[in-house]
Amino acid sequence: MSDNPNNWPLWEVFIQSKRGLDHKHVGSLHAADAQMAIENARDVYTRRQEGQSIWVVPAEAISASQPDDAAMLFDPADDKTYRHPTFYTMPEGAKYI
Amino acid sequence: MMSNEALFTYTLRLADDLLILSHRLGEWCGHGPVLEEDIALTNRALDHIGEARNLLTYAGELEGKGRTEDALAYLRNERQFVNTKLVEQPNGDYAHTICRSFLYDAYHLPLAEAMLKSSDAQLAAIAGKAVKEAQYHLRHSSDWLIRFGDGTEESHQRAQAALNDLWTFTGDLFAQDEVHQAMVKAGVAPDLSKIKAAFDATVDKVLSEATLKRPADGFMASGGRQGKHGEQLGFILAEMQYLQRAYPGATW
Amino acid sequence: MLPEGNWISRAPSLKRKAILLAKVQDEAGHGLYLYSAAETLGTSREQTIDDLLSGKAKYSSIFNYPTLTWADIGAVGWLVDGAAIMNQVMLCRTSYGPYARAMVRICKEESFHQRQGYEIMAVLAKGTPGQKEMAQDALNRWWWPSLMMFGPTDANSPHSAESMKWKIKRQSNDELRQTFIDRTVQQAEVIGLTIPDPDLKWNEATQHYEWGTIDWAEFNNVVAGNGPCNKERLVARNKAHNDGAWVREAAMAHAAKKAERKAA
Repeated sequence: MSDNPNNWPLWEVFIQSKRGLDHKHVGSLHAADAQMAIENARDVYTRRQEGQSIWVVPAEAISASQPDDAAMLFDPADDKTYRHPTFYTMPEGAKYI
Repeated sequence: MMSNEALFTYTLRLADDLLILSHRLGEWCGHGPVLEEDIALTNRALDHIGEARNLLTYAGELEGKGRTEDALAYLRNERQFVNTKLVEQPNGDYAHTICRSFLYDAYHLPLAEAMLKSSDAQLAAIAGKAVKEAQYHLRHSSDWLIRFGDGTEESHQRAQAALNDLWTFTGDLFAQDEVHQAMVKAGVAPDLSKIKAAFDATVDKVLSEATLKRPADGFMASGGRQGKHGEQLGFILAEMQYLQRAYPGATW
Repeated sequence: MLPEGNWISRAPSLKRKAILLAKVQDEAGHGLYLYSAAETLGTSREQTIDDLLSGKAKYSSIFNYPTLTWADIGAVGWLVDGAAIMNQVMLCRTSYGPYARAMVRICKEESFHQRQGYEIMAVLAKGTPGQKEMAQDALNRWWWPSLMMFGPTDANSPHSAESMKWKIKRQSNDELRQTFIDRTVQQAEVIGLTIPDPDLKWNEATQHYEWGTIDWAEFNNVVAGNGPCNKERLVARNKAHNDGAWVREAAMAHAAKKAERKAA
C-alpha cells in the first residue's frame, strides 16, 4: 500500500437495504475519517435508493482467512449433514415438526 | 392584496439561486479533488437543479403566459435573473466553493424550514422536499469548512481568504425590499431577520469549530434581487443558454 | 467523465442537464468501483492514478476524441456506452470475483446511459434540419471509433486469447463487434440516421451485416497517444489531482487532530 501519509485510508462499506436485513458488503472507498466515510458511502453507494443504513469499517481492521487454509477450515463441515434438519426422517403423518 | 406578479418574482428569486448555484457546482464535475468528493458535489448540484426546476415550473404557472421551466432558465436575459450575487461567484479553489455553499446552506436550511409554513401550498410542498436535502448540504459544507479551518496551515489560510472574499455577498441574502415585504405580509415568506438569526448562529458555531474568524460586516454588495449582477453572470448565461439561443424553438 | 462533463454547462434543457450530471456522476462511481477492485489486488488507488497520470496506464482510447456538439453526447451514450455495456456484460461473468462484482454494479447503472444517449439522438433526428444534421454528423464521427472499442480483430489481438484462456473474457472481440453492429444498424434505421459505411449490407445467409474495414492505423495512432484529445485529457486530470493535493492533505491533518483530541 501507499506510504504517502496524505492519502486517505481505505474503508469497506456495508449497506443495509431494508430494515431487518443484514448489512451487506458493497465495495470500498477512501475517506479521511469515519464521518466522511459514511457521507461518501451515502453519495457513492446509495444513489439509487439502495440503502437505509450504512456501516463503514477501516479496511486495515479486517482480518481475512487465507485462501490456502480453505480446505482445512471448511471441508470438515462437509460430512456433518446431521446438523441440517433435512437429515432426519419424520414419521408419516406427524405434523408441525 | 398580494399581486401574483410579486409571488412570481419571489418564486423566481428562490429558483434562480438554486439554478445558478447548481450550474457552478456542475462545473466541478470531473475536476474534483478526489473522486468521492466529485460524486458528492454532483449530488448537491442535482438536488439544487431539482428544486430549481420545481420552482421554475411553478413560477411559469403563476405568470400564466405559458413559459416553461426551460423558457425561464434559458430565455431570460442577465437583468431578468434575480439570484443573489453570492451564488454566481466563480468556483475559485475548493475552499471558495465550499465556503460559498456553506454560506448559502446556512441561509437555505432555515429558509426552507420556515417555508414549510408558507401560506402558499405549492411553495410549502417544494420546501418539504428541500428541507431534508438542505440538512445534508449544510452538514457536508460545515464538515469541510471545519476540516479546512482546522486542517493544515495552508487550508486554514485558504478557508479564511475565501470567507473574507465572500462575506460581502451575504448581505444580499437578507435584503427585504417591497416584493419581500409583500410576501411576508401575505404569509408566503418569512421575515428574513429571523432567518438571519439562524444563519448567524450556524456561522458562529461552525466558524468557532473551524478556528476561523468571522469577517466584520463591512460593505455589503447588493442588487442581485433587482437583476444587478456582476459580470460573471453574463458568462454563465452565455454558456448555459447557447443551444436554446442558437436553435430557437427547437426541442431537445 | 471529461468528454461529457464539458457539456454539462451547455446542456440544452434542465432535464438534459440533470440527466447528464447523473450520468457523468455514475462514470465517476464506476471509476471508483474499479479502482477498488484493483485495490483488493494490492494496487493502491494512488498507484493506479499515478500510472494513469504519467501515461503509463492506458485508458480507453475512445475518450481521446472530442465532443464537438451536443449530438456527441447522444452519440457517446448510444454508441460508446452501448459498446462498453457489451464488453461489461461479458465481464460480469468474469472469473475474478472483485472485478465481476464491480462490473455487475456498473452494468446495472449503465443501462440508463445508453438509453439516454439514444433518446437524445432520436429527438435530434426528429427535430429541425439543423438538429438532424448535428445528429448525423455525430454518428459519422463516432461510428468507427466505437467499433474500434472492441479491440483488434481476433487474428491480431495480443491480449484477447490470453483473456479468453483465463476466462476473464468469454467472447472474442470480433463476435462482440458483430453483435453490436447488428443491433445498432437497426436502431439507426428506426430513428432515420445513416450508418457511415458504404460497404454495409445485410447478409441473408449469415443473418448478419457485412461491413467495411476499420482504419487500424488511426486506432494505433490514438492508442499511441496521438488522438485529438490525449494531451488535454491528461492535463485536465493532472490539474484536478494537483489542485486537490492540499484538500486531501487538510482532511488528513484534521482527522489526525480529531483523533488526538479524542485520545487525550
